[in-house]
Amino acid sequence: MAENLLETFWATVADVLPIAIVIVGFQSLVIRRPIANMRRVGLGFLYVLVGLAFFLQGLEMALFPIGKIMAQQLTAPEFIIGVEQGSAKVNIPAWSQYHWVYAFALAIGFSTTIAEPSLLAVALKAHQVSGGVVGVWGLRIAVAIGVAFGIALGSYRIITGTPLHWYIIAGYLIVIFQTLYAPPMIIPLAYDSGGVTTSTVTVPIVAALGLGLASNVPGRNPVFDGFGLIAFASLFPIITVMAYAQVSTWWAKHQ
Amino acid sequence: MFKAFLNTFIGSFYDLLPIIVVIGFFQFAVLQQPIPNLLEILIGSFFVLIGLTLFVQGLEMGLFPLGESLAFAFAKKGSLTWLLLFAFALGFGTTVAEPALIAVASEAAKVAAEGHVIEATQQARTDYAFGLRLTVALSVGFAIVIGVLRIIRGWPVQYLIIGGYIGVIVMTFFAPPEIIGIAYDSGGVTTSTITVPLVTALGVELASSIRGRNPMVDGFGLIAFASLTPMIFVMAYGMIG
Repeated sequence: MAENLLETFWATVADVLPIAIVIVGFQSLVIRRPIANMRRVGLGFLYVLVGLAFFLQGLEMALFPIGKIMAQQLTAPEFIIGVEQGSAKVNIPAWSQYHWVYAFALAIGFSTTIAEPSLLAVALKAHQVSGGVVGVWGLRIAVAIGVAFGIALGSYRIITGTPLHWYIIAGYLIVIFQTLYAPPMIIPLAYDSGGVTTSTVTVPIVAALGLGLASNVPGRNPVFDGFGLIAFASLFPIITVMAYAQVSTWWAKHQ
Repeated sequence: MFKAFLNTFIGSFYDLLPIIVVIGFFQFAVLQQPIPNLLEILIGSFFVLIGLTLFVQGLEMGLFPLGESLAFAFAKKGSLTWLLLFAFALGFGTTVAEPALIAVASEAAKVAAEGHVIEATQQARTDYAFGLRLTVALSVGFAIVIGVLRIIRGWPVQYLIIGGYIGVIVMTFFAPPEIIGIAYDSGGVTTSTITVPLVTALGVELASSIRGRNPMVDGFGLIAFASLTPMIFVMAYGMIG
């Protein structure tokens, strides 16, 4: 176990290496000025590295195996149609028979987003910069609702086999329309929240769900239909974060 | 110090509680199965807790101040060329080695080989995956440059982003169908857990140190560019490749 942890630590260091080279390079060659509180910053960087190593190793041990098995089991034909009918009648399940898949997509999308460290970082910064107007939990919950809805809708899309780009284009149109009416302060943050949602925790579980669906739903090809869930998970938070700001302003006006 | 750690630790526990509830509910109530390897899961969960706690502590101590001090130093130096070079290097450097991107690129090479876009040899696949990674990394470097330029010039973010969306939509109709799903997904996988805090702090501090810029309106938006340009670049890669 200690060996795995160390391995994850070195992998994290390797990921960070390019960033470190860029920063150290520019710091020493271009800026030529020492960073303030160098020791504290260095210690903080070390905390981030060790923290991420523990975090990733822990996910690998606790969440990913069970999450992947669950995604596989929930999408399996035996679970959807039931064991006894499955072999007797070769019928293709209707999209509504996947109700547990949608429930799982909603729940896992929401809960993994709440645990996503990069979203927490952006929420802390936004809270600080906005002088407390943007709540840390308010933003995180708004984003999590967006991811939950996005992954559920993305699952529906894989099950029904409808073309991905129509959903994405429709989503973009909603974003453009909302941008016209949303408070200007929230717009850049809302756009950012689309990109931060899908990282360490969410992507592996969501990828397993997409792969499970694409390989188990009749007529889908895992190679071609498994993609697209991440795109959904990065689009819908933009909509929900703008909606969150719109509802908050409306609420403040009508209090 | 210890008290701060304890508070963060408790906060991390609340962050993870929803996952525990969801997994527990689906495992017991829906799938009706016992939890396998309970001990390993408990140890793993404890690791996740410690990891998140350390990460949040390190964020406030290391990553945020680092991003801020870099932005401040570049603003003080006043050289736009160096700032933009740094922006490009940061975007390119953090993306080219991103593990999630490596995974998606090799998956995409598999799709391309099965769709007979490239030859079904190992060499062709490796080349294709590497080309894709390079494309995405270039696009993220480009995105951070545009994003930083926007902060300095004070361009409204929505015109650029909506313009980008229109670009994505137009290209969707011309790009080969098998690349579209990959292109759309590549936007989401580029921004890693270390890049996001660093880039966010950089943008916010840059906006704060330039007169007439508002950190809330002008400081955010860098991540948005970094998730948009890969879609366009990857579709272009599919059309040329």
